[in-house]
Amino acid sequence: MDISLARSWVQAVAAAVDEQKDQLTQLDSAIGDADHGANMHRGFSAVLDVLDGQEPATVGDVLVKTGSTLVSKVGGASGPLYGSVFRAIGKKLDEPTAGTREFADALAAGLENLQRLGAAAPGDKTMVDAYGPALEAFLRIADADGGFAEAAAAAADAAEEGMRATTPLQARKGRASYLGTRSVGHQDPGATSTALVFRALADTAAAAAAQ
Amino acid sequence: MKKLINSPETVLDDALSGMAAAHPGLRVDTEARVITRASGTRPGKVAVVSGGGSGHEPLHGGFVGAGMLAAACPGEVFTSPVPDQIVAAARAADAGAGVLFVVKNYTGDVLNFQVAAELAEDDGIRVETVLVDDDVAVRDSTHTAGRRGTGATLFVEKIAGALAEQGADLAAVAKAARAVNGASRSFAVALTSCTTPAAGRPGFELPDDEIEVGVGIHGEPGRRREKMRPAREIVATALDAVLEDQPLAAGDETLVLVNGLGGTPLIELYVVYKEVADALAERGVRIARRLVGNYVTSLDMAGVSLTLCRTDTDMLALWDAPVDTPALHWG
Repeated sequence: MDISLARSWVQAVAAAVDEQKDQLTQLDSAIGDADHGANMHRGFSAVLDVLDGQEPATVGDVLVKTGSTLVSKVGGASGPLYGSVFRAIGKKLDEPTAGTREFADALAAGLENLQRLGAAAPGDKTMVDAYGPALEAFLRIADADGGFAEAAAAAADAAEEGMRATTPLQARKGRASYLGTRSVGHQDPGATSTALVFRALADTAAAAAAQ
Repeated sequence: MKKLINSPETVLDDALSGMAAAHPGLRVDTEARVITRASGTRPGKVAVVSGGGSGHEPLHGGFVGAGMLAAACPGEVFTSPVPDQIVAAARAADAGAGVLFVVKNYTGDVLNFQVAAELAEDDGIRVETVLVDDDVAVRDSTHTAGRRGTGATLFVEKIAGALAEQGADLAAVAKAARAVNGASRSFAVALTSCTTPAAGRPGFELPDDEIEVGVGIHGEPGRRREKMRPAREIVATALDAVLEDQPLAAGDETLVLVNGLGGTPLIELYVVYKEVADALAERGVRIARRLVGNYVTSLDMAGVSLTLCRTDTDMLALWDAPVDTPALHWG
């Protein structure tokens, strides 16, 4: 991971959110308040504007800036949650480049922050249900001395599997928890946007590796 | 979707500009998205500050003024404000005696106000927070994010605002606010869904002969779906839920809020009020004061929420204290 990859990762997330915002909103209208797509789109559009004029010195600069912008532009629950995740990842990467191992540790810090703030456990039908499996998969490849692109691809696959696995769950955190058993049968919008974030990482890492 | 808007992206900014133009008693910072009293906060007085997603008008901006809120910070539609905005509201409202944040219990509101409280304290502003969680449709357990904040928000803002006006200190205002929340319970029923400008279509489909029972104020589905029936029976359901959680005995006094969710005509709200009044009279519970109207809405949702607050002499005196805001005015 280097500065340019960090930047293209965030750009890829913004593009994916732009493309999928209606789907995110539709998922959110089933069990929430129908603003997740609009909120993510507003946040990442602002991130693109902020990063545009920047000459970051480290990978962390890109990601901390991304997180801070999300906190100050998004609102709702996804603003502080995604904001703190990107900030936590960024704070661990105070160098112009980061290896697979260091990035795995940074991702772990991101999850720790997410869980601390959202107080959600695996199985609560939240972002954690996509993030947790993604981190595990990334760590597994990192531990086996695999490459960054390989780890990111495994993480994206695991995040999508985790996302799909939220469908039968009953929500215990966030707006969807108010529906009780009626939240069962709907895929979680937060887990879905988390899967987008990891897929964007995998795609940009693969593109960079191919060059 | 058919709405009187220019575009979904500019709804909030356009509405804030309109509010500024319509109410000279308010100062609306459209840039920071903060609404304060044009007269500012009297030096040394506690500032009661509230905020949350837009779409619940007149909550909260409509309650800024003498005897109630010092400032409000409206977020995007159904989305909590961001920390920068909340801090800007606290800064604009603080007159040296500290700020009370009135926060409805939704994950997003709680997180953003928490971050804002830390930032404001770094700035040397004293902050206390009261969480409003009056909605008995949500069981308060580890299986949910806790009860939602709904209609009681109005009671908390009025009574805390009145006490602040009298010069009470921050701890006393916060204590009173928590007491009001603790004495209040709400329950809501929706006859239709609502349409957020960004989504462009209703949050959920509801057949003509069905209602959503136990809804919040964000167009999210309720706890269950039932067949439509006469107002008397719907009121009985809501009242039973409220009284089951907080029994009121003969001789007790209560504040009653019969609140429209945005798309219900006043004639129906008065039908509901009659049923509430009859049912409470039967139990010997005295309605000390009441409000009937649209105060905590959910965009264009048809439906009603019922809030009861068990009251006492002190609370009633604060309720009766003069208030001068766009949406609430007496004394």
